[in-house]
Amino acid sequence: MSDVNCETRPVPASLRWQFEACGDSCLVVVFATLFSAQANWRAVAFSAALHDLQACGELCGITDVVPALVTVGVHYCPYTFALQYPHLTPFDAVAQVLENALMGLQNAPRTPTKQLEIPVCYEGEYAPDLLHIANACAMTPSEVIAAHSGQWVDVLMVGFAPGHPYIGMHQPALKLARRAVPRTVVKQGSVGLANCQSVIYPSDLPGGWHIIGRTPLSLFTPANDPPCLLTGGDQVRFVPISAREFEALAGVRP
Amino acid sequence: MTIKVIRPGLFSSFQDSGRTGFQHWGVPVNGAMDQDAHALANLLVGNPTRAASLEITLQGPVLCFQAKALIALAGADLGARLDGVVLKPGHALCVKPGAVLSFEKREYGVQAYLAVSGGYLLQPVMNSASTYSRGGFGGLCGRALKAGDVIPICSSFANPPRVNIPAGWLLNPSASAVSIRVLHGREWHDFSASARHDLLNEPYRMTAASDRMGYRLEGAALDLTQPRQLLSESVTFGTVQVPAGGQPIVLMADRQTTGGYPRIAQVASVDLPKLAQLMPGDEIRFSLIDLPTAQALLVARMGRLKKLEAAHS
Repeated sequence: MSDVNCETRPVPASLRWQFEACGDSCLVVVFATLFSAQANWRAVAFSAALHDLQACGELCGITDVVPALVTVGVHYCPYTFALQYPHLTPFDAVAQVLENALMGLQNAPRTPTKQLEIPVCYEGEYAPDLLHIANACAMTPSEVIAAHSGQWVDVLMVGFAPGHPYIGMHQPALKLARRAVPRTVVKQGSVGLANCQSVIYPSDLPGGWHIIGRTPLSLFTPANDPPCLLTGGDQVRFVPISAREFEALAGVRP
Repeated sequence: MTIKVIRPGLFSSFQDSGRTGFQHWGVPVNGAMDQDAHALANLLVGNPTRAASLEITLQGPVLCFQAKALIALAGADLGARLDGVVLKPGHALCVKPGAVLSFEKREYGVQAYLAVSGGYLLQPVMNSASTYSRGGFGGLCGRALKAGDVIPICSSFANPPRVNIPAGWLLNPSASAVSIRVLHGREWHDFSASARHDLLNEPYRMTAASDRMGYRLEGAALDLTQPRQLLSESVTFGTVQVPAGGQPIVLMADRQTTGGYPRIAQVASVDLPKLAQLMPGDEIRFSLIDLPTAQALLVARMGRLKKLEAAHS
């Protein structure tokens, strides 16, 4: 575990948050509207604190706490909160509970995390959008690969599908919007790139990111505890491998 | 004690009240598309509402009971027959070993729920028996039923409980256009005035490219006042998101945990069961309600369900 990963970064008291409704059974805690590493860390830390409270049997009626890039989605059962707080709307009751939890977060230590190298094949059929990415970023394919691999980057969140990580931020040169029309099927292990971030598809899924390569690693195994290879707060480094190495690691016949 | 699957039907999968508590790993909630009908099927046979039921979509399976069982169907009327005799949703009855449940002509609705007293014996994955077919876990082998499957059940000699189903709980054959109440989505104000007007005044049609993950709708295109690349965050059952093409998608039971498309609206939870029973081609009309109203409606509905559950457990 590196020093960087174990660093404790207290949340500055001056920074505020907002509670927004996402329908009648989910509240979103908004730490920022634009991405910043600090806002992401606050989302990671706040959800970790809420998960700890849940593990202690508290926060009855909150069913899921979902950290995202700069927000945390708190899914709840309005009925449970209506019974507990008959004088408040369920939304206001949840907001009050979360406000108290956030006050207690000032000294929350950063959850210990891990660093992991991710082998990626950036060749041929495994990298169908590499040329498109290179054109869009005004780089050569090998410049794109060099920019994408070699550096440690943060796992910002897990979402969209089981074990599906969002990784970033890559250098500004790798900035391009997602595809206007998502693909209906993206192959398992595909590494997608958009907006200076990467994702890895843990299974065959629909997806709108540009596919830069593919990893032979399994991102999600339901029987494992935890089932996810990566979680928010981890760091990864992409390591280029050849198609032959990919096929050997993935158990694919050449 | 088993049920043998002679024919699987179009898409029959085990579902329960959902796989909550694991969304931070990206694990979808899954669960029954029509939670009301799922709960009712369970109550009719004396099960807790969280027990798994078999969600039967559009074309039903042919099932042979190898043991005595108390069963009930709720939700859509997909033309069920027990040994050839019509079996309507909303009633429990005892079946004998060797009895065959089959489905003929669909009458109304899309999702039917088959509950068995004592429940199906399924290995829970992350605390839930719900099938996540895209992820290949939960339910029976992580997939929809196949011919030849053998479903383990608890044999039951119980008599059906007397369930007084409240008015309006049984699905009715729907009118031409279904009215669905929505709340403002997180990006409501980023949509153009005409988009906000159109969503609430123009008809939208459910397309064939719809499944348990989401309903793709077709209607007046919904545009933003200016293009936006949003940061991914939580979405829920009923989130109405709008990709660049402008045609809305309503996220359903197998939805992703987070998404990055602008969200114009959010279907009120009380109207999700109605949405779950629509067919591709059906027309939807959206109307707007506020958060306190949506929550009051949901709390009242859950209160009625809890009362019903308490009376029969």
